[in-house]
Amino acid sequence: MTDNVANGPMLAADGTSLKSSLNRALRRQKLRALMLIAPLLIFVLLTFVAPIVDMLFRSVENQIVSDTLPRTVASLKDWDEEGDTLPPPETYKALYEDIFVAKERKLHTRLGSRLNYELTGMSSLFRKTGRRVEDMGEVYQDQFEDLNPFWKDAENWNPVMGAPAWVTAQNAWTKASGRPQPAFVPNPAIADILPQTAAKFALFADFVQNEDNDNLSKTDPWAVVYSALYDDLSTGADISGYTGPGAQELQEAAAVVASFETVDFSAAMTKVDKDWSSLDVWQTLKVYSPDFTSGYFLNSIDMQKSVDGPEMRPENQQFYIRLFVRTLIMSLVITGSCILLGYPVGFILANLPSKTANLLMILVLLPFWTSLLVRTSAWKVMLQQQGVVNDTLVWLGLVADDSRLALINNSTGTVIAMTHILLPFMILPLYSVMKTIPVSYVRAAKSLGATNWTAFWRVYFPQSVPGIGAGSILVFILSIGYYITPEIVGGTSGSFISNQIAYHISSSLNWGLAAALGAILLVVVMGLYWAYDRIVGIDNVKLGG
Amino acid sequence: MGQTCRDKNGENIDVTTSSSADAFVEFERVQKSYDGENLVVKDLNLSLPKGEFLTMLGPSGSGKTTCLMMLAGFETATHGDIRLDGKSINNIPPHKRGIGMVFQNYALFPHMTVAENLSFPLEVRKMGKSDREAKVKRALDMVQMGSFAGRRPAQLSGGQQQRIALSRALVFEPELVLMDEPLGALDKQLRETLQFEITNLAHQLGITTVYVTHDQTEALTMSDRVAVFDDGRIQQLAAPDTLYEQPENSFVAQFIGENNTLEGVIEAIKGDMARVKLDSGDVIVAKPINVSKAGERTRVSIRPERVEYNKDRISDDALTLKAEVLEFVYMGDIFRTRLRVAGKDDFIIKTRNAPDVERLKPGQQIEIGWLPEDCRALDA
Repeated sequence: MTDNVANGPMLAADGTSLKSSLNRALRRQKLRALMLIAPLLIFVLLTFVAPIVDMLFRSVENQIVSDTLPRTVASLKDWDEEGDTLPPPETYKALYEDIFVAKERKLHTRLGSRLNYELTGMSSLFRKTGRRVEDMGEVYQDQFEDLNPFWKDAENWNPVMGAPAWVTAQNAWTKASGRPQPAFVPNPAIADILPQTAAKFALFADFVQNEDNDNLSKTDPWAVVYSALYDDLSTGADISGYTGPGAQELQEAAAVVASFETVDFSAAMTKVDKDWSSLDVWQTLKVYSPDFTSGYFLNSIDMQKSVDGPEMRPENQQFYIRLFVRTLIMSLVITGSCILLGYPVGFILANLPSKTANLLMILVLLPFWTSLLVRTSAWKVMLQQQGVVNDTLVWLGLVADDSRLALINNSTGTVIAMTHILLPFMILPLYSVMKTIPVSYVRAAKSLGATNWTAFWRVYFPQSVPGIGAGSILVFILSIGYYITPEIVGGTSGSFISNQIAYHISSSLNWGLAAALGAILLVVVMGLYWAYDRIVGIDNVKLGG
Repeated sequence: MGQTCRDKNGENIDVTTSSSADAFVEFERVQKSYDGENLVVKDLNLSLPKGEFLTMLGPSGSGKTTCLMMLAGFETATHGDIRLDGKSINNIPPHKRGIGMVFQNYALFPHMTVAENLSFPLEVRKMGKSDREAKVKRALDMVQMGSFAGRRPAQLSGGQQQRIALSRALVFEPELVLMDEPLGALDKQLRETLQFEITNLAHQLGITTVYVTHDQTEALTMSDRVAVFDDGRIQQLAAPDTLYEQPENSFVAQFIGENNTLEGVIEAIKGDMARVKLDSGDVIVAKPINVSKAGERTRVSIRPERVEYNKDRISDDALTLKAEVLEFVYMGDIFRTRLRVAGKDDFIIKTRNAPDVERLKPGQQIEIGWLPEDCRALDA
């Protein structure tokens, strides 16, 4: 054997390496084990891990701005947000086009609410602009249509903008046929000469065909298409070589386009809402234009993004850090009271004859078999000002009738109710650990001269610490993310961070912020777990055995 | 010393005075009941002098451990008095009794090192640090475990753990040490080594030891005296050799060592000889121990190694029995032969392996006999 080690890897009887031979022997076993856990693994991955990853992703995701306002974001790239000048007119024009398209696709209000998280007023600004944006570009549309009614109709536009084969197919198509509408194919000649018009028309065609499901042959182009045509023609597009459909009308328009009435989009926007001339609005747009943002996370710790980088929010808007700290402290208080109340119970359970212990165990487990909501609501009845506890105290004369204790809708209520609800999670691990401590340890300590207290404190207690550890981790982690009980009995001063997360998920619909808060909570819990492992050691946590 | 035995009616007869002047540990009319209906310990009287090594031997449930726990203070006597060095300790809590104790599962504190375990009894006695260290070192050296001071109990083998447990029970120099089946979990060889070490230590240090075991070999080899427990009573309290050779009743005879019993009726008692008519009709002579009159049923007990089948060694006037050899087992140092005697086929004889000893063959018909004083007529 030593020879083998000295001369190289150990060999199996047939001369192959022992290691690979062992691997081969074990592979089948491993595969079978994997197959046994596969259903659960897949279930967990699909229903638990994937949603969490998606949720965490949402906490930094910010594509809505660049998706909705692609041209504006591109145009803002060169604008210096730290200066005190407004963006150039081209940016306003890009904004007009973006909002026009967004309005058609009904996306501008969503973006408004998104940006409203960062700057109040953004939501109404976008809604208002969306309502008025239609009229803004019609100046060009009217002028083209006045010049030649040719530009009015979809039937005339399609042959100009689309490839001939597609035009034929499109004209032959009817909604009644049930077949899908032939997808728009741009006319390559026009795309070269009039790039902006072609791009806008393609957007328009895509929207009509795929989102609105209207017949493209019967839908008149958007106003942005006209303004793009004006842009192309006025910047000197060379249409002399073009001979396809509408060549004549294009040349006619090109000749007079210089004399068209123009629109100043920056003025028009400002006229819609003077906020468009406010630096704040543009800075917010610029700061939140990247695809990914730390904004939600900064928000979660009472900070905000500004042009000078992250900064603290004003004092009166700071909220989340306080809430995090409160959640941590209250969870610690709950864990502490669970230890205080649960330790003696666990001790008695572990030291009683099993018949009595089983009966007591049922009493401990009874809350588990009662609906959480019922238990919490029961506490509401017990703790309210006119409730059982206060009535008893008044009856006993311990509390004056006019100064009844406020035991609910505050942190006291949360601590009382949650201690009760989480107590079994403390008692069970304590019990199962204490059950394994032989009585002879304490006896030995006493026979060695230790008093009851010394025997308990120096011998019994250290051995029950793993149970305390397991119970504390369970109770603390459960309580830090608890939602229903604080929601019902906590009021405003007894609510937890999870209540804010739920609020942002279901009421304010700020999922990004909810995800960021959740991610921070996750990191805090994992950090505490790590710290616990370093200080106490996870090996010292026992759930029994 | 107080030697107690029991007659056939279960009454205690004090062989000597129950409370002698040199008694160090005394049980006086001690009773114990857990449920108020059954007595686990029935009227226990026991006293042992300083320096004695006494073993409580008995089957499980015989009350021996309960007695030990009452002495240690973990159980209270329902009735009676337990005295230590002349003072009643019934109302003294265990930690004030100053009794060292060794448990079957060692009960070494798992979260402390060996040295911390040993230093624990000294710490609770508020001893100074240097004194403590010196005593711990001495106690460890005493059991040859000096180099293990920094280890945790879990890193030690069973034998090493028991050595530590022993030295922990001795480190605070108690005058009385109780051991509750301390070697029960160890293998045979280790058990024998430790038996020797424990007896040596106990005698060297002159401490009084009460040792509980259900292993009769252990009891016989280690003790000055053995108290055989059964059914909550001491059946016999005697030195090992007396116990083996002169059992007082059939329980002790059965429990200690291997034993052949033949059942029958007393025909007559004359002095220290009794004629017993066996159920098979054969008549033998036995020494009456706790039988009193003719007509009484009896169980005659005879040790396998006291049975003789070599005609030359059986005296002529002795009564012999016919026997048929059923089985012959060669065991190296001895031969073990199973016979059919007086209608019973579980009669065992043991013979030393010597050149002149005949090896019996199954089916062989022989005659067996013994000295009348080796054959004891006990209660049925």
